[in-house]
Amino acid sequence: MSGITAIEVTKRFNGFTALDDVSVTIPEGSLTALLGPSGSGKSTLLRVIAGLEQPEAGQVLIGSEDVTDRPARARGVGMVFQHYAAFKHMTVRDNIAFGLTIRKRPKAEIDKRVHELLELVQLEGLAKRYPSQLSGGQRQRMALARALAVEPSVLLLDEPFGALDARVRKELRSWLRRLHDEVHVTTIIVTHDQEEAMEVAGQVVVLNEGRIEQIGSPRELYDAPSNEFVMGFVGPVNRLGETFVRPHDVDVRLQPEEGAFEAMVERVVHLGFEVRVELVRDDGQHLLAQLTQEEAEQLELERGQIVYVRPSRETVFSRSGGSPRSA
Amino acid sequence: MASSAAAVEQPAVVLHRGGGSLARGVALGYLSIVVLLPLAALVWASRAGGLGEFWDQVTRPEAVAALKLSLGIGAACALINAVTGTAMAWVLVRDRFRGKSIVDAMLDLPFALPTIVAGLTLLALYGPSSPFGIDIAFTRTALLAACLFVTLPFVVRAVQPVLLELDEEMEEAAASLGAGSFAIFRRIIFPNLFPAILSGVALSFARAVGEFGAVVLISGNLPFKTEVSSVYIFGQLQSGNGTGAAAVSVLLLLISLGVLLGIGGLRRWRTRHDYV
Amino acid sequence: MSRYLLRFGVLGYLALLLLLPVGLIFYRAFEHGIGHAWDAVTTPQALHALELTLLVAAIAVPANTVFGIILALALVRTRFRGRGLVNAIVDLPLALSPVVVGLALFLLYGRGGWLGGLADDGIRILFAVPGMVLATMFITLPFVVREVVPVLREIGTEQEQAAETLGASPLQVFRRITLPSIRWAVAYGVVLTTARAIGEFGAVAVVSGRIVGKTETLPLYIQGQYESFDTSGAYASSVVLALIAIGTVVALRAVHPREEESES
Repeated sequence: MSGITAIEVTKRFNGFTALDDVSVTIPEGSLTALLGPSGSGKSTLLRVIAGLEQPEAGQVLIGSEDVTDRPARARGVGMVFQHYAAFKHMTVRDNIAFGLTIRKRPKAEIDKRVHELLELVQLEGLAKRYPSQLSGGQRQRMALARALAVEPSVLLLDEPFGALDARVRKELRSWLRRLHDEVHVTTIIVTHDQEEAMEVAGQVVVLNEGRIEQIGSPRELYDAPSNEFVMGFVGPVNRLGETFVRPHDVDVRLQPEEGAFEAMVERVVHLGFEVRVELVRDDGQHLLAQLTQEEAEQLELERGQIVYVRPSRETVFSRSGGSPRSA
Repeated sequence: MASSAAAVEQPAVVLHRGGGSLARGVALGYLSIVVLLPLAALVWASRAGGLGEFWDQVTRPEAVAALKLSLGIGAACALINAVTGTAMAWVLVRDRFRGKSIVDAMLDLPFALPTIVAGLTLLALYGPSSPFGIDIAFTRTALLAACLFVTLPFVVRAVQPVLLELDEEMEEAAASLGAGSFAIFRRIIFPNLFPAILSGVALSFARAVGEFGAVVLISGNLPFKTEVSSVYIFGQLQSGNGTGAAAVSVLLLLISLGVLLGIGGLRRWRTRHDYV
Repeated sequence: MSRYLLRFGVLGYLALLLLLPVGLIFYRAFEHGIGHAWDAVTTPQALHALELTLLVAAIAVPANTVFGIILALALVRTRFRGRGLVNAIVDLPLALSPVVVGLALFLLYGRGGWLGGLADDGIRILFAVPGMVLATMFITLPFVVREVVPVLREIGTEQEQAAETLGASPLQVFRRITLPSIRWAVAYGVVLTTARAIGEFGAVAVVSGRIVGKTETLPLYIQGQYESFDTSGAYASSVVLALIAIGTVVALRAVHPREEESES
């Protein structure tokens, strides 16, 4: 097991710059998410680390070894793809055993390891099935087992849950977290889903247009975003001129107060425990406020009602980064 | 070339009562008149003299020699095409070079060119007046060349679409697991191509066994040497031995049917692991 | 490294087997000048052969187009037992020797055959155009069907069902929804059918008796010319057919560029 370091990696495709001088260190044993919108370069970075793409410039280190010139098969990485990349002509057992079969391990050893892994990913009893007979979630778990079979120093997951139902996605997220706690392989997961990144990873790398915007724990990213992009990507945000306010930092009062401005309630949406209030200021500016059910009940908000709104916490971004400011 | 009509597995919806039965009736009627009726007449004529006569005709030395030759050429063609066709499909799908699309288009030429012209072109190049001085006319090599020409597209066109559709991520996954290029080809790519190669091979076998126009000029049609079954049948008909011609024809018919049913079975086998 | 090896191996094979022979035909045909070649293809016999070839194609191709579409519809959109057998029969002409096809027709319509009586009624099938048309129809049966079937299957019936709910009659649905969605497949099939129809040799050779001036198509004419040692005449006519074949290949590209999906 090793950490990963990318140093000044640049990757271009036909004139389009997918990665621009990107440097990042992934600590050994961590679960790191590469988060960003489509085209941000996150998948490209993963594939460069895997050795499936060659960068125009920069280096990739696995542990302390420079693997930049090594092809994928010599890097000791385990990879899981969005659409599973299952060997559909092989049984589950043969899929998982593939890496070991290639390395010509003895059959007894392979069988034992496959058995262990089937237990680990909870697919016991399905060894003789074919991928076409499995559900999406099962296929992905098989893919994980396959990648882990050769004991890679690094596990790379490229939007692994993207092709699955919402419910299965949630299940697999917590399952992955638990798996990582057990197996402790340095893992990188690529995702465009901020909730997924925040939930699963210990460290998040936010990418945009081929550049790293911020690296930090989920909490750091949420509480201390370094710029507008990160703040907006990592959670919902209201923009009031040059200040940014999170919906749950929007205080709604029935009486005028100092520092509060007038707004009209457009819509009240009850989402279980959370209540979302869509407001509009008299200059046409729209706002989102997030209240607990309790708060909403106390206020008894209705459509068309006039209320008084005050941000309890604002963020302003100077050139050197964001600075939250309490009002 | 599209996939065979045998690709149909289940109907999506039933046509309106009247329309459906009408279409079905008309279609089957046409098929019967154009295809089934003549073939039935053929089978009937072959048993005109009784089963004994049928057997005699079919076991005549010249007939047997012709059949052996046809089957041999067919098998050789099929095997050579398996290799060259797969190679061609690979180059067309995975390689990049100027003029690739022209090469791709060229592969349709043997299919569009009349067989007699095909025979003539090979004769021009590899026959008595060959500019290279290579004269293989009236030899079995010439037969093989003619059949290779005519069956050129079959394996390529069967393998191409499968190769195009092949999930490259499977290959990447295999690479990340430590497989080298040869291992990837052997364990991942080839197993997925095999059914397509097989159906292309079967079709080229059937075509080569029955080829007439391309061989009739270049082979010289020497009995026991370069006479294939199709030429034998033609000869028997011309000399008035209709029963003999019919008997051997029925054999060829059975071979063709066998090949087709084999391909149909292959298709079902091929798609057994596909995702629903 | 191996990539270049493979590429040049393949290109070499194609050059030896395909390019060189076809190229040489053109060369041989024009060896003695374009005038000579022109004369060879414009003799009355050659012109008649060309006419006949085109006539036979002009009947066989539309027939197989119309019935091919109907067959495809029946195969994909209706249920019936023995579908697998029908599939095999439709594909049979592809795998069957053309001589066998010709012989079958010969035995059916000839003297002593089940429909041999037609000749007595003045309807000549064998040694006449009708026989040649029937032979060509048999040989070229599969092409339109095979192209249309997968397209019909792929596009499914949703559009047709939507049209129905909007009040369209079955005929309207067919004309306005089904037919337009298969037009490229049909076009591609028609091009293939035409090429095959024009070039058909074996079946027509058996059925026509190759009566010069009456039942001699261009492919048969070429064989005749070669056998009477008029090689340059044979080459010249071959060039005519080769040009048609090349035109076919170009038309195929235009109608169905290989890596694109057909319009639905």
